[in-house]
Amino acid sequence: MTDTQDTAAPESGAAPDGGTIEIRLEGLAKRFPGQREPAVDDLTMEIPKGEIVILVGPSGCGKTTTMKMINRIIEPSSGRIFLDGEDVTKVNPDQLRRRIGYVIQQIGLFPHLSIANNIATVPKLLGWKKERISERVDELLEMVGMDPGQYRNRYPKELSGGQRQRVGVARAMSADPDVMLMDEPFGAIDPITRDRLQNEFLRLQEQIKKTIIFVTHDIDEAIKMGDRIAILREQSHIAQFDTPERILVNPADDFVADFIGRGASLKRLSLSRVRDVELHQWPTVEQGASHDEVHRLLEDSDKSAVLVLDSERRPVKWVNADHLRRASDGKALSELGLPAEAVVQPNATLSDTLNEMLSARYSTAIVVDSSNAYQGIVDIDTINETVRSLRRAEQGRLRGGDDEDEDS
Amino acid sequence: MSTTSDETKAPRVASGASTAAGPRRRRSLGGYLFMPVVLGLVLLFTYLAVSRRDLSPTESSRLAFDYIVAKTVEHLELTIASTVLVLVIAIPVGILLTRSFSRAITPAAIAVFNIGQAVPTIGLLFIFAITWSIGFVPVVVALTAYTTLPVLRNTMVGLTQVDASVIESARGMGMTKLAVLTRIELPLAVPVIMAGLRTALTINVGTATLATFVGAGALGELIVSGFSDVSPFITIVAGILVAVLALIVDYLAGIAEDVLRPRGL
Repeated sequence: MTDTQDTAAPESGAAPDGGTIEIRLEGLAKRFPGQREPAVDDLTMEIPKGEIVILVGPSGCGKTTTMKMINRIIEPSSGRIFLDGEDVTKVNPDQLRRRIGYVIQQIGLFPHLSIANNIATVPKLLGWKKERISERVDELLEMVGMDPGQYRNRYPKELSGGQRQRVGVARAMSADPDVMLMDEPFGAIDPITRDRLQNEFLRLQEQIKKTIIFVTHDIDEAIKMGDRIAILREQSHIAQFDTPERILVNPADDFVADFIGRGASLKRLSLSRVRDVELHQWPTVEQGASHDEVHRLLEDSDKSAVLVLDSERRPVKWVNADHLRRASDGKALSELGLPAEAVVQPNATLSDTLNEMLSARYSTAIVVDSSNAYQGIVDIDTINETVRSLRRAEQGRLRGGDDEDEDS
Repeated sequence: MSTTSDETKAPRVASGASTAAGPRRRRSLGGYLFMPVVLGLVLLFTYLAVSRRDLSPTESSRLAFDYIVAKTVEHLELTIASTVLVLVIAIPVGILLTRSFSRAITPAAIAVFNIGQAVPTIGLLFIFAITWSIGFVPVVVALTAYTTLPVLRNTMVGLTQVDASVIESARGMGMTKLAVLTRIELPLAVPVIMAGLRTALTINVGTATLATFVGAGALGELIVSGFSDVSPFITIVAGILVAVLALIVDYLAGIAEDVLRPRGL
């Protein structure tokens, strides 16, 4: 094997040599003793820097085994692993693991250690100074949306499932590894919290740009989270390794098509985000405005209602002419009309947006920025148009081919 | 597996009266005081009964304060020596038997320690007396043989019940096997190991009364002298003393359990 230069592992994201490939698996295989068939058979794959690559497949396809071979929790029987150009197949596994973040479904927080000490695990192993560790812990807790003052001295059993998951992610990022391995990290969490954590994680990833290997059996999660998806069949044979768009539009074979399942058009909505579509503008007023002003606005526009914003431009209410007529003249706008529900941020998927609209029973969703200030409106027609254009693109690719399922 | 827990019996006293024990406290102050008070009262009544009674010459020599203290010290020496020996044997062996490399020999090893507990201590003492020696050392060896199993078994249970995902995440973050053992597995196993130790201690206090038959003295001597001197009174007093001693030891071990149990569990 090549000599180990792991002591001077590049800490920063800007790799000097490795270029755009962070992880390279070369002919990787695993045979467990007493089993005739290998669990993973001759897998070769390249994982680009800064992307989330999803390993997805039916249970028993070897996706978890594959992931665990990367940090050598499971030692490969043959093949080689390169991390940022360096062969790490034979380096000290404990040293290797300190450079790779690791999150598992059960999180595995240490119950006898405080949240701060849980997060400090790897920095302590690396011999960081106390002050540096303490700063890093606070920074990470803030990064995952938990108040350090409130949580650093708590114990895992005092946290909810969602909070534990956040601490698990914070702990995995503690020493700022370039690579993170995540094994169904959101698998044991209720659907509503899961959705929120997924969105938070995607927002976080936009800033931290880690290279992430993410294992799941849930194709919807794969489509939502992945920059690239590797769909694996048994023994980790790659059925298709591509972007979610291309997999949905152009599945490589029947296995992939089956795995994606029906309702591909709806799934495509998970691929487009609010920031990718054109926002409509809508007449708005400050909540202190007079009723006359609202009447004027309504006359000047083709819309039937105005959106009332507070002083920070956060949406408060929908008000139409009817509401004004029924109210006494001096009544504040914030006390009239319908609540401003179905509010989404630019990184929400169109699928989430549609969901919000349906549950609020509105045909529009309000788009706000990260401080909840009004940005614009997405309406149901926009979503409809997006579905249609995605389908057109797909049909174009299929070159007038056979009977692709025409759902919805 | 744990012995009588006095927290259930302890009356609940409003907490906040004491800040001494801090967040590690598992019981209220009243809970901690209950047992010593009861035991103190028992000793007081025993003392009163002895001092008010018209003692025969043998009784007064047997129940003399200095004599009782000497026998109690002997008793404690036997108990502590055997328990320390149990710890030194059972915990390392328990650790070794739960490592992945030793899985094959674990059942055989358990069987050996099972024999130690299956053979009656009194029998073991007589065998030692015939084939080896009498006195302090053989008694300690016999007591150790008897109580290694509960501590060993609790050590193993304590270590194996640690959540596999906790160990996997520790290994996955690059902790060495030794670090996982000392920083994760052992702290998490402490409550169960301590429960086993508490059992062993209490058994040892009781069983150490047999030491008198092989010339190692201790409080058993007092009990037996009640028979030979035909004075049930001596036997009763000695029995009370042994019981109180066992409960004190158990009480102290309970406090140790509370103090050593990691926070967050």
